[in-house]
Amino acid sequence: MNSDGSTGVKKEMPIEPWRREAVSRLVDGERLEAGLPLDLDIDLRYSEGLLLLTDRRLLARSPGAEAWQEWPYRPGLRLVHGDHAGVGTLELHDGSGRLAAWRFTIGANPAALRLADEFERQLESRLSGQTVERPEEDVCPKCGAPMDGEEECPVCAREIHAPPSTRTLLRLWRFAKPYRWQLFWGFVLTLISTAAAMVPPYLSMPLMDDVLIPYQNGAPINVELVVMLLGGLFGAALLAWGLSWAKTYILSLVAEHIGSDLRTVTFEHLMGLSLEYYGGKRTGDLMARIGSESDRICQFLSIHVLDFANDVLMITMTAVILFSISPWLALVTLLPLPFIAWMIQLVRDRLRTGFEKADRIWSEISNVLADTIPGIRVVKAFAQEKRETQRFRVANATNLAVNDRVNRVWSLFSPTITLLTEIGLLVVWAFGIWQVSRNQITVGVLTAFLAYISRFYTRLDSMSRIVSTTQRAAAGAKRLFDILDHVSSVPEPAAPVRLAEVKGRIELRDVAFRYGNRAILRGVDLAIAPGEMIGLVGHSGSGKTTLVNLICRFYDVTEGSIRLEGVDIRTLAVADYRSNIGLVLQEPFLFFGTVADNIAYGKPDATRGEIVAAARAAHAHDFILRLPQGYDSLVGERGQGLSGGERQRISIARALLIDPRILILDEATSSVDTETEKEIQKALDNLVRGRTTIAIAHRLSTLRKADRLVVMDRGRVVEVGNHDELMAREGAYFRLYQAQARNVDTDIEEVGEEVPRLEHKAKGQ
Amino acid sequence: METDFDLARNAFGRLVLTTAAGDVHEGVVPVRAFPIAAPDEDIALVGQDGHEVAWIGRLDALPAGVRQVVEEELGRREFMPEIRRLRSVSSFATPSTWKVDTDRGETQFVLWGEEFIRRLGKSGLLIEDSHGIHFLVRDLNALDKTSRRLLDRFL
Repeated sequence: MNSDGSTGVKKEMPIEPWRREAVSRLVDGERLEAGLPLDLDIDLRYSEGLLLLTDRRLLARSPGAEAWQEWPYRPGLRLVHGDHAGVGTLELHDGSGRLAAWRFTIGANPAALRLADEFERQLESRLSGQTVERPEEDVCPKCGAPMDGEEECPVCAREIHAPPSTRTLLRLWRFAKPYRWQLFWGFVLTLISTAAAMVPPYLSMPLMDDVLIPYQNGAPINVELVVMLLGGLFGAALLAWGLSWAKTYILSLVAEHIGSDLRTVTFEHLMGLSLEYYGGKRTGDLMARIGSESDRICQFLSIHVLDFANDVLMITMTAVILFSISPWLALVTLLPLPFIAWMIQLVRDRLRTGFEKADRIWSEISNVLADTIPGIRVVKAFAQEKRETQRFRVANATNLAVNDRVNRVWSLFSPTITLLTEIGLLVVWAFGIWQVSRNQITVGVLTAFLAYISRFYTRLDSMSRIVSTTQRAAAGAKRLFDILDHVSSVPEPAAPVRLAEVKGRIELRDVAFRYGNRAILRGVDLAIAPGEMIGLVGHSGSGKTTLVNLICRFYDVTEGSIRLEGVDIRTLAVADYRSNIGLVLQEPFLFFGTVADNIAYGKPDATRGEIVAAARAAHAHDFILRLPQGYDSLVGERGQGLSGGERQRISIARALLIDPRILILDEATSSVDTETEKEIQKALDNLVRGRTTIAIAHRLSTLRKADRLVVMDRGRVVEVGNHDELMAREGAYFRLYQAQARNVDTDIEEVGEEVPRLEHKAKGQ
Repeated sequence: METDFDLARNAFGRLVLTTAAGDVHEGVVPVRAFPIAAPDEDIALVGQDGHEVAWIGRLDALPAGVRQVVEEELGRREFMPEIRRLRSVSSFATPSTWKVDTDRGETQFVLWGEEFIRRLGKSGLLIEDSHGIHFLVRDLNALDKTSRRLLDRFL
């Protein structure tokens, strides 16, 4: 659905409106180099302004002001960029003070950074008289991502701000399409079975007029005719039964298949989404979406849509038959129909919002469960059972309140339809008797009409139910498509580059990363040689884990690039790239299954020999043999029954088995005691050998084998070097080391600026 | 708490803090510890290295000069527009573009999904837009009827 929009953009780059204003400010021969539309004034009120950069000067119309200011290039000028909490700042300084300051919302940040870079280049060229040198690279002018010769930047293009189509249910067709023939036959069967069901009331007409009434008037009963008519009635009933069974069977089968496809596709898509998505979602909500929503849609398709189609057919056929028998009576009978349709339309909106709300509240309830049950130890330790119960009660009460409100409307709906049915019957009785009295119709016709319309109105009643089920299903479908429409923020490249051989050379070029409105990493440059071991150190919250997450491509960099063997990792197929990476986390996650399964997680076709070899190298072999069923022992949801150190060694074996070129150790030994750490350290030494390794460790002593230590502070690399060099420099590393030597580990944690760690967000929910 | 420091703005627009002991910290920034719960209390002055250098218990207990500097700087730093009115929303399905009136003027933003609306206490809302900027609704019930009706569709 987005393809139309994006191709339109591709053909003709629209001129941004500010460029027109900009051109009018230029003097002859002056060239516009960069521009930044400002949307905030200095006190952060929304207001428009413009900042322009030419080959001669910096021009500005401050927000709220009419007049333009200008600063020709001169020595000492500096343009300082900063950002905080969603607001970017550019300040123009010279040696003696600040000349001007501009603010803008973070959306304009890439443009601002580009302007600041360009400012430096222009200033330098102006002062030195040399022409501007620009790095010749095919990168997006907006965000700096590589373009790979494409006309449109793959990073910017995925920021789709259009809402999904409201006719969500029609989109289910994508899932129904493979079953279109079954659907077609189901529909044909429906048609015939409905027609068969039309026969009995029709036969009641001759039964009344040609048998019963003549008998009342003294004529004998025509046995032959009665047998024929009753036979017809029985045959029609039998036929309707058989056909109805066949169509229900076929269509439920199809619906179940569609529901199952829907679940699988949604889960598959979910697996493809980046950690960023999981960071913003709650487990309970996602579980509800995939579980109950798909079930609801399936039910809707198998039961309600079927019924509805049936009803529509029946009403149409009935109407046709009624008109063919007696147009006037038919007209009176069908009169309430538009009124009911109008009423349905009226209630529809109210019910839909109500049901959507009820669904959201329902996820709220599951969220409380998903929060409390995994955190039960904390709840109990702090004796907060009452509080959690209260939280659940509140969520439940809200659910009740919302449903009560929906039910108020809904409960009025059904009885009203029933009332209308009764009134309709009354009208037909009255009009029919009048017509019979005037000999315009026979008693048989009236009986047939009453038989038809009593069915007719019941159909309307059940049709009215389609309103709520459709709305519910549409709400469910929307929530599923919300997942399906979400484009991974770590997109798979259209034409992935294949690396012939991976040695493990990683380069980070001017990497910046922003999460929400917080800049977590800024200007990180780092080149890692194949086989080199890098130790990342710094306060907690200094961006170490984020850096590692970026290298794993759990997230994509906001600015700059990460390259493997000189190739931007965004141009590599995600799975291919990750197969080169082994990851050992602080808290190893073991899946439910055997120990062997867990070790072979990254390489399911590993032989038993490989598994044992990996376990041996990870120093896990011995304790695994001590388990009651050895490698076949089952480990639970979070590897219950194994100690932290044992779990860690299993996860090291897991990383060893895939034999990655790049190894990432994120606090791999932090959660175990010193004794266990030694064990794990031995296992790690086996793992590290010959691989490019990036290790994060809290205890600096664990990193003594590192070739280089990279010290990070508040999102920047502040020092690089080996232990001795850094100690000699007496800088940040020296201070960290001193603090630990004094055995005040905990201080470091407390002093560091608290930045939420992304992997915790992703995991803990 | 007694104020035992002095605060002034230098030529570069930076705040310079001088403690009673005579230490000078350049480029300090005020940070609200509870920007939503108690915006005018508990404000830290944080040095360039990210460490706290002074603590302001209550803004209104400060000398007028210092207070003005702090308030001015907070106004230029802390950006959390408070939504006063919803003009329109592009659709009830997300992502949806909202046109709103805030205490900082009129603007529009893109809401990615309902889950980016967070409840704050009983009647407050914190809405995060597609760029991570937070918009505050201090009291849902204080909004006009149209805004409430629009907002209700997302809650």
